[in-house]
Amino acid sequence: MTIVMFGIVAAFLSPLVQMTLSSLKSERQVSQAHAPLLPSDPRTFTHEGRQYDVYRVPVDGAVRELALVKKGRAESEFVDPAAPEKGTVTWRGSWRTLEPSWTLAPQWSNYAAVWKLIDFPRLLLNTIALAVISTIGTVLSCTLVAYGFARFRFPGRGPLFTLLIATIFLPTAVTLIPTYTIFAQIGWVGTWLPLLVPTFFANAYSVFLLRQYFLTIPREMDEAASIDGAGPLRTLRSVIVPQAWPAITAVTLFNFVYTWNDYFTPLVYLSGRPELQPLQVGLATFNGLYSTKPAYIQAGAMMTIAVPVILFICFQRTFVRGVMSTGVEK
Amino acid sequence: MKGETMSRAARREARYGLLFVLPWIIGFLAFTALPMAATFVFTFLNISLAEQEPLMFVGLANYQRLFADQQAWASLWVTARFALLWLPLVIALPFLLAVAVNSKYVRGAGLLRVLLFMPYVVPFVASALIWQNMLVNDGWINTALRLLGVGGAPSWLSDPAWVLPGLVMIGLWGLGSGIIINLAGLRGIPTELYDAARLDGAGWWRQLWHVTIPMMSPVIFYTMILAVVEVMQYFLIPLVLFDGSGNPGGATRFFNLYLYQTFFTYQEMSYGSTLAWLLFVITLIVTLVLFRLSRRWVHYTSER
Repeated sequence: MTIVMFGIVAAFLSPLVQMTLSSLKSERQVSQAHAPLLPSDPRTFTHEGRQYDVYRVPVDGAVRELALVKKGRAESEFVDPAAPEKGTVTWRGSWRTLEPSWTLAPQWSNYAAVWKLIDFPRLLLNTIALAVISTIGTVLSCTLVAYGFARFRFPGRGPLFTLLIATIFLPTAVTLIPTYTIFAQIGWVGTWLPLLVPTFFANAYSVFLLRQYFLTIPREMDEAASIDGAGPLRTLRSVIVPQAWPAITAVTLFNFVYTWNDYFTPLVYLSGRPELQPLQVGLATFNGLYSTKPAYIQAGAMMTIAVPVILFICFQRTFVRGVMSTGVEK
Repeated sequence: MKGETMSRAARREARYGLLFVLPWIIGFLAFTALPMAATFVFTFLNISLAEQEPLMFVGLANYQRLFADQQAWASLWVTARFALLWLPLVIALPFLLAVAVNSKYVRGAGLLRVLLFMPYVVPFVASALIWQNMLVNDGWINTALRLLGVGGAPSWLSDPAWVLPGLVMIGLWGLGSGIIINLAGLRGIPTELYDAARLDGAGWWRQLWHVTIPMMSPVIFYTMILAVVEVMQYFLIPLVLFDGSGNPGGATRFFNLYLYQTFFTYQEMSYGSTLAWLLFVITLIVTLVLFRLSRRWVHYTSER
């Protein structure tokens, strides 16, 4: 059972392996049939100042790796790269039927090329700025709203909370057209504002997650603080926030990764402004332009997934717990 | 609680509570409620940037156009077919994988959980491109199929008959959160129930059927509702892969793609809004039907 499960997981993650290998392949290898699995180059051998391709030649029942020095239709001449001083070997048959010999050659330069082609530093900077600002907005606003729902009784609290949860199930399309039209009217389309401003007004998932956590903090701690003369805001800062640190970390990470990975919102509001776009939009455009160079596309994909994957590896426990707490209470 | 009977302290509490939730109320009004209402109003107008006609009330003209619009129904059919293919998988697979990971015969559950969840954090543009590389003819999927002796492996992304299954495979990378939610649910089932079932002589299969599935029904229902809402809006992965062309042969012209093109490419705000309302109404009806049906099979252990 264990082996079967790890087999399933290996298959599930194999695209990551293929991406890594493909991203290091040369253009020549990609276009060649029967090329090896690992990133490789056809082997060459320099003999008497000239470069020759190395082929796998069957000689006397064994396969030898020989450099082709003189091509002929019926027979060709080869040199053994291990012992060039022995002179040429003649082999009967069409050299075109021979398979080239490959040598391991990861093309790290693919990454350097993509780095320049998609202007990676700018995309990265845009993505980081967008992710950081919207995460700050989300964490601030959601903490306040979750605190309001968790700790204060006010008329309409139940229905409002239900309404908040209901927004999770609302198709985005049903609000997008007027929202876009208004943002266009006030000149926000083509700026970061439509991406950033809404994050300061809380979202349902994060509020829900934080509220669930706040409810587990004993009320006696609030009361003790308020007897000491602390107002609601100070109670939030000095009692709730320090206690709820795990939930706040989870919300921070989720929103950071969410913004990092978001494609549609920046695509809608920043099309035509490549200098403001984040990585995902840049990568999709790049895919359209360089579809003939799969190695570049895969290298680009690798560059955009690095940060979320590293964050996930560092904080996997927080991620997993965060998802768990959203599901259980439903 | 009536206004005049509220004490001063209660009123103070209510004031603070409303103050704290105010950011969300403002956001809800500005970015959800008013736009939704505006979308509805748009459906009765003739707003279109492409044609500079004077703004006017057109009654049900947009709805009449919708009913006669072959393209809209064809695209809805694409979405429906994809949903029929995708929904059983996205509901059953996370549950089954979670049961397997949770099994006492499986070691390394913690590691499995993390590895299964990981692709969930991969940006979907990247994951679409990574899977594109897997699904091309000399990609690993077809290489593996050929090694297994499958002749004529499908060309997943260029054959209209195979592109939807191909997209389903790409979608599998998003299963991580479903697996985690199901695992959390499984951990919450009291072990006494299994002990009692075993005393009654129930084997593995009957325990699964009579204990696990009823106890998990709220979780399965939750993943089902979320999956339905998401699949109705599906179109971003084909947008990235085929640049909105609907290729191959219109097989990926999903309803949402048609909606966004109506708005962004043809700039027909009113007709786009009509399509958006249709999507909303269909989602709402499906969700309500599922809620109604859920009374028959979803068991809540404690009434909240």
